[in-house]
Amino acid sequence: MAIKVEHEIHTRRKGRNTGVFLLLLGMIGIVFGLTVVKVLGLTDIRQMEKFDHVARPALEPGALEAAERRAAEIAAEAEANQ
Amino acid sequence: MTDATNQTQAAATQTGEAQMGDYYALMKPRVMQLVVFTALVGLLVAPTGVNPFIGFVAILCIAVGAGASGALNMWWDADIDSIMKRTANRPIPSGAVAPGEALGIGLGLSGFAIVLLFLATNALAAGLLAFTIFFYAVVYSMWLKRSTPQNIVIGGAAGAFPPMIGWAVATGSVSIESILMFGLIFMWTPPHFWALALFVKSDYGDAGVPMLTETHGRKVTRNHILAYCVPLVVVALWLGFTSIGGPFYLLVAVALNIWFLKGCYDIWTRTDADSDADNHAVEKHTFKVSLYYLFGHFGALMIEALLRANGLTAWAGW
Repeated sequence: MAIKVEHEIHTRRKGRNTGVFLLLLGMIGIVFGLTVVKVLGLTDIRQMEKFDHVARPALEPGALEAAERRAAEIAAEAEANQ
Repeated sequence: MTDATNQTQAAATQTGEAQMGDYYALMKPRVMQLVVFTALVGLLVAPTGVNPFIGFVAILCIAVGAGASGALNMWWDADIDSIMKRTANRPIPSGAVAPGEALGIGLGLSGFAIVLLFLATNALAAGLLAFTIFFYAVVYSMWLKRSTPQNIVIGGAAGAFPPMIGWAVATGSVSIESILMFGLIFMWTPPHFWALALFVKSDYGDAGVPMLTETHGRKVTRNHILAYCVPLVVVALWLGFTSIGGPFYLLVAVALNIWFLKGCYDIWTRTDADSDADNHAVEKHTFKVSLYYLFGHFGALMIEALLRANGLTAWAGW
């Protein structure tokens, strides 16, 4: 069903309504664009998980390197034991 | 314009219903132009690059923050704006926008701009923007504007922050370069506005705003213009010897500073009788030069950055 002009307020507020529509559209564009730019800018994609409101100690700076060092130590110990 | 449009506009005025243009006017678009330009220069001359989209969002946030502080200023100053001819047609005194609405827009847009700038860039840039809005709305508008003839000197700091914010967006820090860009606008503001005050018949006195021309007289204002111009020259030239300066900037800065300093000196040597005799020709000319002065310096900084990026400053041994 087509929207009909039933009251003069539709004409009177046309400019404001169009303006608010464009501003909201712009807002969506900004948030979407920022999301794309921020995600593409991540050097370690696992960092995305940092922003889900849950503490992720494994994603703190240095944690990844420490985990890799520990894994290398375990691998070296296993090799030595063989 | 049709009759229907006229009727619609008349109805809007009668009901106090603002149009988008009124909200836009509430944000002081002319002030925003200067803010956007200087913030953009601060961002572009910084040694570290920024993703173009993040840069665009940052400049938008700075512009919206400036607009929000303009709305807060108009909300607070609605009583004196309605007394002065120059400001009587602003959205609040004209009845287009309700004072409470202006306050809501000012606070809402301030929060929006600060939070978005923080999310898009860094805490320092967002903090500087928050401080700028606070400084303009509270320190200048609510406190200094009606209490001291030095109002525009200290209030000018609010207009000087944008390049520093732009620099902070890119680098996440404050440095001598950004402090000097701040200093350039800060020291430029008083002679610029006082030159204007010397030839525009204002009704600040009727509104109870203590402008230097009215509290201390025009002779003292002439002295102040020259006194502020001297440290301005030092700041402008000093900027040329920092990492964002260079031969092109220095050439432009020397020319502009000689031009502006001569204008300020001429203003200083004149009497009010001389000024009235030629319809304030020197004051009007110096005011115009002050506009070229600021845009010239920031434009030169931007061109210098382009030259440096393309390795074209090496010829001068820079």
